[in-house]
Amino acid sequence: MKKLQFSWHDTRFRSLIYQIIILGIVICVVGYLIHNTLQNLSARNIQTGFAFLDKEAGFAIGETLIPYQLTDTYWQAIKVGLFNTLFVSIMGIIFSTLLGTVVGIARLSSNWLLKNVASIYVEVMRNIPLLIHLFFWYALLTETLPSPRQALNPIEGVFLSNRGIKVPALEGSALPWVSMGILMALLGIFILAYWAKHKQNQTGQTSTLWRWYLVLFILFPVLSFFLSGGQLSLDYPVLKGFNFVGGWSFSPELAALVIGLVLYTAGFIAEIVRSGIQSVSKGQWEAGESLGLTRLQTLRLIIMPQALRVMIPSLSNTFMNLTKNSSLAVAIGYPDIVSIVNTMLTQTGQAIEAVMIIMAAYLTISLSIALLMTWYNKKMALVER
Amino acid sequence: MVKPQALSPSNGIFSWLKANLFATPAHGLASILILWFLVFSVPALIEWGIINANFVANTGSECQQTTGACWSFLTHKYRIILFGIYPFDEQWRPFVVVLLLIALLVYSAIPRFWHKSLIAIWLVVIMLCGMLMMGGIGGLSFVETAKWGGLPITLILSIFGILFATPIGILLALGRRSEMPLIRSLCIVYIELIRGVPFISLLFMASVMVPLFFPEGMSIDKLLRAQIAVIIYVSAYIAEVVRGGLQAIPNGQYDGAKSLGLSYWQMMRLVILPQALKVVIPPLVSIFISIFKDTSLVVIIGIYDLTLSAKVALADPLWQGFSVEAYLFIGFIYFVFCYAMSKYSQFIEQRLTLNHQH
Repeated sequence: MKKLQFSWHDTRFRSLIYQIIILGIVICVVGYLIHNTLQNLSARNIQTGFAFLDKEAGFAIGETLIPYQLTDTYWQAIKVGLFNTLFVSIMGIIFSTLLGTVVGIARLSSNWLLKNVASIYVEVMRNIPLLIHLFFWYALLTETLPSPRQALNPIEGVFLSNRGIKVPALEGSALPWVSMGILMALLGIFILAYWAKHKQNQTGQTSTLWRWYLVLFILFPVLSFFLSGGQLSLDYPVLKGFNFVGGWSFSPELAALVIGLVLYTAGFIAEIVRSGIQSVSKGQWEAGESLGLTRLQTLRLIIMPQALRVMIPSLSNTFMNLTKNSSLAVAIGYPDIVSIVNTMLTQTGQAIEAVMIIMAAYLTISLSIALLMTWYNKKMALVER
Repeated sequence: MVKPQALSPSNGIFSWLKANLFATPAHGLASILILWFLVFSVPALIEWGIINANFVANTGSECQQTTGACWSFLTHKYRIILFGIYPFDEQWRPFVVVLLLIALLVYSAIPRFWHKSLIAIWLVVIMLCGMLMMGGIGGLSFVETAKWGGLPITLILSIFGILFATPIGILLALGRRSEMPLIRSLCIVYIELIRGVPFISLLFMASVMVPLFFPEGMSIDKLLRAQIAVIIYVSAYIAEVVRGGLQAIPNGQYDGAKSLGLSYWQMMRLVILPQALKVVIPPLVSIFISIFKDTSLVVIIGIYDLTLSAKVALADPLWQGFSVEAYLFIGFIYFVFCYAMSKYSQFIEQRLTLNHQH
């Protein structure tokens, strides 16, 4: 390597000088902003730091997945918000992927009606801001549905009113055991699927296992129910005074948020699925047909595995967008992390800490999704031999 | 659009139906399900939206009697929704601004007009719009930005957002591909940080943190702060798109430029960027669509864009309970703009691929 010349004609020397200048500017600007901020904060008597997180929050939260009460700390409130954000995001990702895949495949169907309905769906959903979707569904759920006294009752035990959707809840001492049984069944199905894949790799034989999956899925929960000796019953929602008690309830906020997120994101996923499938050459369809596979089998066994490789990077972007978009919950009052930290901000005035908490939370989530999808991408990528 | 297969006069409607709706039992089932859904929903929607709807009511209570939609809410409130709390008698000014900005966008979208003169036209139109909105000269009364609202705000935030974010985004993209490690890492941190957080958090930053950054007594206009947040946000996304364009330029172009003895900036300005930017016009239009939609989030920090103006109109105690109509109305406005832009993006994409072929 050539020795560094201290002359303007040496590109390395020049780039060194450029970088020192840029670093100097950045340090000056940041230093100036921090200086101003500290002065402003001391003028307003605001203490910096995260010590306030241990103080009592003192505000109520409408919906919680983990225990929370008024006397809990801000820290606990933030955790509640984080879990709510994760819950909504996971629900959103699952349902929008399902709906988006169906719509995306439908757009390529040779059925004229199906194709056009799917196209209209995609255009309408994608070209309207998510916030309008949310406001619209929230207005629809709270304004047009009747009050709890006149709640719609489409199925026994299910009530639709402007206070939300109420469904019967499972309860009883056998509940943990049955949940355990379902988990065991899922584990069993996973092991069976892994074994079948292994066997196919070794011998080339395929096994039809869905009957066994069904048996496992029914057998384990039922067995664990009887073995636990506990009881299981349905807790029906009942109208008491102005609202329902008992049962599981989905608030209008949660329902509007999930419906809006899913319908909006599914439009984008449909386009990803469509372009992914179209990226697979037509010859592959013909190959499937000549092997005697049905169109659905060709799609599942030949086309989709190849299309997925194209789709995964865009899908991972869309999932991250969905998670970030769930922050719009604050606009309709669902207590996600942004909404809770915002309440905290107005109570304490800790603006910098609040914005930092929100940003750190989403950066962590975004990074986790990115890592997970990169891992999946590597796993699915074409192995060149 | 979609071309129906095997539609010819000799075949008739039944064979068309058979080929396009009932080709296989599965298609038949899907068609019947969709038809069933349409038969139930379309007449109900027509009944709600047209037959039972009220177009003429003069008061909210009169409108609440009807079982259908209340479109007279819109005929009474459209000026608040479109122009917010801008002084009522002066609302021709934001109206002209909206027309000017739309004309400007349409004009710049036509490839035939892509000359240097376009920059001059932009400058003139933008100054004209500023004068009309702000007033204070030429006999126009002064209107502070806090009173601006509605569609002009949505257009201003997105147009200025893209206008200022594009050069910043190009610089960031160049920085990200730079060979200087410090500059490269600064750009990567900026881009990934901004792309990893929701737009709302940047808006919060603009509304609650930025006032702390500046010396006491110096206050920055709330609308300007939101505009800065938009620019910060969009520039990170533009940077990634431009980076994609830069990566699409073959190395030979760089070598050629260097062998001509061009400096880095000459090479970028004359050889690389014109080609790279041309490739990324379609994704840039997509970014424009998404920023146009995302400006609706400024509702959360209390800026009177289209959405918050609609909320103001809805808050009138005399006209309660017509949110669905209001949101359908602004949803329709957004749809018209975004749909036009996405069609334009497809048109430009086709044109570019055609150009590449000869």
